[in-house]
Amino acid sequence: MVGLHKSEFANPVVNWIDQRLPLFSMMKNEYSSFPTPKNFNYFWNFGALAMINLMIMVATGVFLAMHYTPNTAMAFDSVERIMRDVNYGWLLRYVHMNGASMFFIVVYIHIFRGLYYGSYKNPRELLWMLGVVILLLMMATAFMGYVLPWGQMSYWGATVITNLFSAFPVVGESIVTWLWGGFSVDNATLNRFFSLHYLLPFVIIAVVFLHVIALHITGSNNPLGIEPKGPQDTIPFHPYYTIKDSVGMCVYLTVFAILVFFAPNFLGHPDNYIPANPLATPADVVPEWYFLPYYAILRSVPNKLIGVLMLFGSIGVMFILPWLDTSPVRSARFRPIYRQLIWVFVIDCLVLGYVGAKPPQGSILLIGRVATAYYFLHYLVILPLLGKLERPLPLPESISQPVTRGGGPLPAGAAATPMEKV
Amino acid sequence: MRRPLRLRTVLLHGAAVLLAAALAHPAPAAETAEPVAQSWSFSGPFGGLDLAAAQRGFQIYKEICSNCHSMNQLYYRNLSGIGLSEDQIKAIAASFTVPKGVDDQGQPVEGPALPSSHFHAPFPNPEAARAANNGALPPDLSVIVKAREGGPDYIYGILTGYADPPPDMKMGDGMMYNKQYPGNQIAMPQPLQDGSVTYTDGTPNTLSQEAHDVVTFLTFAANPEMIERKRMGVRIVLFLVMMTGVTYVVKRKIWADLH
Ligand code: HEC
Ligand code: HEM
Repeated sequence: MVGLHKSEFANPVVNWIDQRLPLFSMMKNEYSSFPTPKNFNYFWNFGALAMINLMIMVATGVFLAMHYTPNTAMAFDSVERIMRDVNYGWLLRYVHMNGASMFFIVVYIHIFRGLYYGSYKNPRELLWMLGVVILLLMMATAFMGYVLPWGQMSYWGATVITNLFSAFPVVGESIVTWLWGGFSVDNATLNRFFSLHYLLPFVIIAVVFLHVIALHITGSNNPLGIEPKGPQDTIPFHPYYTIKDSVGMCVYLTVFAILVFFAPNFLGHPDNYIPANPLATPADVVPEWYFLPYYAILRSVPNKLIGVLMLFGSIGVMFILPWLDTSPVRSARFRPIYRQLIWVFVIDCLVLGYVGAKPPQGSILLIGRVATAYYFLHYLVILPLLGKLERPLPLPESISQPVTRGGGPLPAGAAATPMEKV
Repeated sequence: MRRPLRLRTVLLHGAAVLLAAALAHPAPAAETAEPVAQSWSFSGPFGGLDLAAAQRGFQIYKEICSNCHSMNQLYYRNLSGIGLSEDQIKAIAASFTVPKGVDDQGQPVEGPALPSSHFHAPFPNPEAARAANNGALPPDLSVIVKAREGGPDYIYGILTGYADPPPDMKMGDGMMYNKQYPGNQIAMPQPLQDGSVTYTDGTPNTLSQEAHDVVTFLTFAANPEMIERKRMGVRIVLFLVMMTGVTYVVKRKIWADLH
């Protein structure tokens, strides 16, 4: 029959459907028998974990939205009402609230994996850039979600961040008024933030879809950063990585559960349990922990416009990273200097996070400036130069035969590490 | 070979300096005491709730704090969470008169509160509360324990932190000196002292006991789900730890044939 998909499933119903809509074939090809490098380490769990986390956010969010009231006079009380009177409402809310933190933990580790093993390099540039788009959308979603409970930090965080746009000359003020839907953060703002907070996760799902399509075109990178040379280098995704991802998922859920059940407010700010009050500014307006490094970058320069541009630039450099890093070698394992500098960069980001939580004065301000400068130095100067200066270690011939002898006048100790013991 | 190594040394030094600078925490503009950790029945993953203390705490709230502070998120029915019986709750509620809508002439009606009524608030609006308190607004206490850094220890610190101001300190009009409060000047007159309430269960009514009890009640009020949450959490975490072990063993089995 012309036009029917060639399906070979034993179950007649499955086969009938698959011939007309080859969903089962797609799942089988893309997940079950998908040939995957055999040498993944546990860093390769985090993509799947992010996917699970996204589903948890949507599931809890939809139920929260059934009980939440987006009105400045009622929002705070409606969240408390969810916590007290909705059956397991406290669980929904604490899972959603800590789920946002878990999401950023997972995604930051996922990004670190990409940086360490050079997963952004040819041919995975678009895959990486789609990831950066997801990060941006997550940031927007989380920012607007944090406004919804209408506590002090909700209100003042929204005020400070939306006000950033006023830094742009000429149009700045109009942009801010447009964002607010009025002349201050108010009911109109809360309503549109709720609408967008409901919408954006579905945009994220769409971009995640593209991210996964791009992944299945190029295939996964791996800890050695070399492409599989043949079937001896790959294994089917199922059962090998389904079970390995399950191990990671159990650990992830354990950490998540410890937060939700024993320290649900540990990562939050107590001021957000004070109802929003436009007349009382909190002593220091601080964003959620996952925004602190960017906040430190923003506050490191006295000029607001430059601060805002640097804030956007800090994500912008991630976008063009595939072209900033000039080294042809992907994995940090074979880049003796990059392998150390990537940790310096991680420390730099942690320092920025620490600085972001403190008032920008005295030595904190100075440290923030140095750390901001280093952040951009890493992307804009070190990575372009390092690719040219650094002498990589000899690459293994293939994933199955990782130990190569000879290949360069290097001390014996510098040989490539053998394949990861999985 | 040489050049990159030198580059690395320079950069690593830079990073080390950065880190050292970050760790050398500059002294904060400290004048307010850090909350001192107290021992609470509800602390830790296995912590429960000392119901007797919470009930004494409710007595203190009812007799003292509720003269100035509302607890708008609570209903009388919530008191079952601190172990009060239905009859006790009905009797407590009935002792308060609350607005009950309008009659068929459109006139506002008042009547005794029910278990389903909100806690009676001392003032009809924030303006009235300020007017009665020297311009200061007594905050709603429903979630106060979650709304302050340091939580129960901090509130305990406020209630027990009253003292004479240091001689060189200029106190504002109607302000009290308090060791715990940021800036040390609080508009709340000392609400508790030794013997402020009479306990019916023979517990000594010292200041620290009273503060301890009312904070236990306020912690319950802010987290009515706490007991259930922790009990559920212990089971779920144990289950997940077990699942992690099982899954890991299965993973080893599946992967064994690859080597
Ligand atoms: C005479 C009225 C009055 C009584 C009675 C009273 N308070 Fe207050 N309380 C206030 C006022 C006024 C403030 C606001 C203080 C300020 O803004 O400086 C306040 C503030 C507080 C705060 C907030 C402190 C902070 O960090 O902002 C707590 C907690 C508190 N009271 C607890 C209690 C408790 C518990 C009781 C009962 C044992 C109680 N209060 C009894 C008037 C009172
Ligand atoms: C990308 C996924 C998502 C992220 C990162 C996210 C993040 C957040 C954050 C940080 C909060 C504030 C939590 C608090 O402090 O109370 C929040 C609240 C909220 N979110 Fe989401 N969210 C996501 C998806 C969704 C979805 C899909 C919905 C609805 C369909 C939703 C509905 C809500 C509602 C109703 C609230 C207010 C209740 C509350 O504050 O607990 N969220 N979200």
